[in-house]
Amino acid sequence: MSIQVRNLSHIYSKGMPDEQLALSNINFDIYDGEIVGVIGHTGSGKSTLLQHLNGLLKPDSGTIMIGNTDITAPGVALKEIRRRVGLVFQYPEYQLFEETVAQDVAFGPKNLGLSEAEIADRVEEALELVGLDYEDIKDRSPFDLSGGQKRRVAIAGVIAMKPHVLILDEPTAGLDPGAHQDILEMIEEVHGAQNNNIIFVSHNMADVASLSDKVMVLDNGKLVMVGTPQEVFSQKQRLESIGLNVPPVTNLMYQLKAGGISINENVLTLKEAEEELYNYLQRKMI
Amino acid sequence: MIRDITLGQYYAGESVIHRLDPRIKIIGTILFIAELFIVHDFIGFAFCGAALAIIVGVSKVPPAFILRGLKPILLIIIFTFCLNIFMVDGRIIWQWGFLKITVEGLYTAAFMGLRLVLLIIGSSLLTLTTKPISLTDAIERLLRPLNRIGVPTHEIAMMMSIALRFIPTLLEETDKIMKAQQARGADFESGNILSRAKSLIPILVPLFVSAFRIAQDLAMAMEARCYRGGKGRTRMHEMKFAGRDVAAMITLGVFLVVIILERIYL
Amino acid sequence: MEKIIRIDNLIFEYTQGEEETPIKAINKISLEIEKGSFTAIIGKNGSGKSTLAKNLNGLLLPSGGTIYVKSWDTKDDNHIWDVRQTAGMVFQNPDNQLVSSIVEDDVAFGPENLGIEPQEIRKRVDQALESVNMGKYKKKAPHLLSGGQKQRIAIAGVVAMKPECIIFDEPTAMLDPKGRDEIMQIISELHEEGITVILITHFMDEAVRAERVIIMNEGTILLDGSPSEVFSKGETIKEANLDVPLAVELAGRLRKRGIKIPQNIITSEGLVAFVCQYK
Repeated sequence: MSIQVRNLSHIYSKGMPDEQLALSNINFDIYDGEIVGVIGHTGSGKSTLLQHLNGLLKPDSGTIMIGNTDITAPGVALKEIRRRVGLVFQYPEYQLFEETVAQDVAFGPKNLGLSEAEIADRVEEALELVGLDYEDIKDRSPFDLSGGQKRRVAIAGVIAMKPHVLILDEPTAGLDPGAHQDILEMIEEVHGAQNNNIIFVSHNMADVASLSDKVMVLDNGKLVMVGTPQEVFSQKQRLESIGLNVPPVTNLMYQLKAGGISINENVLTLKEAEEELYNYLQRKMI
Repeated sequence: MIRDITLGQYYAGESVIHRLDPRIKIIGTILFIAELFIVHDFIGFAFCGAALAIIVGVSKVPPAFILRGLKPILLIIIFTFCLNIFMVDGRIIWQWGFLKITVEGLYTAAFMGLRLVLLIIGSSLLTLTTKPISLTDAIERLLRPLNRIGVPTHEIAMMMSIALRFIPTLLEETDKIMKAQQARGADFESGNILSRAKSLIPILVPLFVSAFRIAQDLAMAMEARCYRGGKGRTRMHEMKFAGRDVAAMITLGVFLVVIILERIYL
Repeated sequence: MEKIIRIDNLIFEYTQGEEETPIKAINKISLEIEKGSFTAIIGKNGSGKSTLAKNLNGLLLPSGGTIYVKSWDTKDDNHIWDVRQTAGMVFQNPDNQLVSSIVEDDVAFGPENLGIEPQEIRKRVDQALESVNMGKYKKKAPHLLSGGQKQRIAIAGVVAMKPECIIFDEPTAMLDPKGRDEIMQIISELHEEGITVILITHFMDEAVRAERVIIMNEGTILLDGSPSEVFSKGETIKEANLDVPLAVELAGRLRKRGIKIPQNIITSEGLVAFVCQYK
């Protein structure tokens, strides 16, 4: 489902002495089925933007079209917005509260007013989709699971609402490398199965480069860059000027270039870097 | 934003009143309240009011800020005022059915109302000019004599200061959990009382889990930093009376004598 | 070299819920840490690395075996405070380890517990805050600071106790890249000043900075050695469900295709320097 944001602005503590422009005249389009990575340092307005997309925050000006609905228009049912846009917060495992995993995942679908049978189907489907064994896990207490499992249960709770747009705020924060990799694979899996839009925030540039179709860069409440990962990460200097980095592998290639090696530095993945280096060294070392 | 809530409404400043030893300020406040009850006529209140006005002036807390603090208790003031006006017997000046206003009633109502207003302004001045953490420190030191009869004064103070430290953290946590559950379609605003109470479960359970996690982490962090109760502990900020504290103490004493003399001779 | 910590056949067991048979979080580890060294301990969640850390200063006590900090057994009640003052600890969650609602009071908490003279505490607090570049925040409330800043306050709180060794238990796991860089910078500086550093982490690029790397898996030590020794065993590391540093991964892939890259190249800088020989 496409998203159109026009002239979006948001002010915190309006009219108070500590008034602060959190989002300033944001414009962007997201097309059907895209995966979008959002980057920006802490306090750049990423979380504020995401919370607008599912109606948790109301803009001070501007419009947000999700499909054909303007969710900022007066009288739009919140339930309708939440059915379309699912938001997974940072450290979502801290929102688990039910006695069993299945009950917890069912919380969202239940709030949508679905039938019992439909809910049961969705819970099973969502848990399998995030890579958990439904039969094995459904009756366990969510509080007895490992950190990575808890996080996946929490994400399943939103996926079970079958949103057309799935938003994830730093989905891999605090996880060890194994669990981190699992979550990345899970995102691709969910995207493949539900063919939804996925918007995710990350500080890990390698993840952003490998997953995203489109990258949005926020700085100080403004959307300063939008483009493919290639377009965005080829502007190393501009990113550095706002305190961001290119993926480590890209950075390595830049360092080689700076060291006088004639090599293509606009590389985003390990595989590409391997090829570049192999071709170069094979020629030079013999 | 929720994190901006200040507890006890501290008004940052560098005035003499702000810098006074918090123990003096607590004792002063208690004395002031006692004096409001010693006083038995409007002349006495004039003394108290003047003293309070001087302190407010010196503290540089804007009077508007103090009056705003009266707002939440305005209802109580009006209520006691009305209660006195109608309930006291004496020379009737106006009557309608069982409702009557007497001269004595008017007098008592004005007297009680004034006492209440002075009392509230006096005690809010304490929290306005003293950081909550200094207050807990002062309370610990003032209660210290009770240690001898087995009251765990250090532990009480430690509990109060940890509560002060974690209230903003827990408020933020609550805000996050509420938003997360709202994003899952939770509705906290509609339905009858029962269903509303039930809708709090998705907030309260995670909040308790968080609070326990924080408590556990904090206990471990405190132990790692060699915390072992109040015994043998020193403090970085020693509370020592400065010249201004002695001066304040003398002023307090003189004022108490003045109030007592006023009661006896005027 | 003088050993500051000696671990002798450490076993740590715990029981979960109503289960009868205890789980071995740590299964017979023996290890010595040299005074003034910088050791990184890596492992996935559940590998026992955090349990090991909490055993090092008596927050957890061994089920079997012994740990000595300097000459003190951590099980010895008479010296537990000596142990904890010698081996300070910084935890993962920056919020949950700060005690006071004013920064400088929080830093003073440790020294106050040690019963140090007020003037001396004042001096130590100011020095400690300067050493983590937080001097100008000393009157602020912690909840208004960023994660990285809070973690720096937590470090200052430990530094003010003048420990000989600091154990960092995943200090950067909850921070953004900027916060991570700040903390790693401070850790390096503390090490240069002579403090023994033990860094528990799962970020490989942090571990590369250490002098010694220990990889834990299922309660035992899988690898132990200098970073170049350990990271040259890329396959073993991956089997333990861990990443290897970027340069190690790239060098490994190129080596497989017949490019001769020396084993001791483990950092990006090293790899760049190597490639730059061939212009």
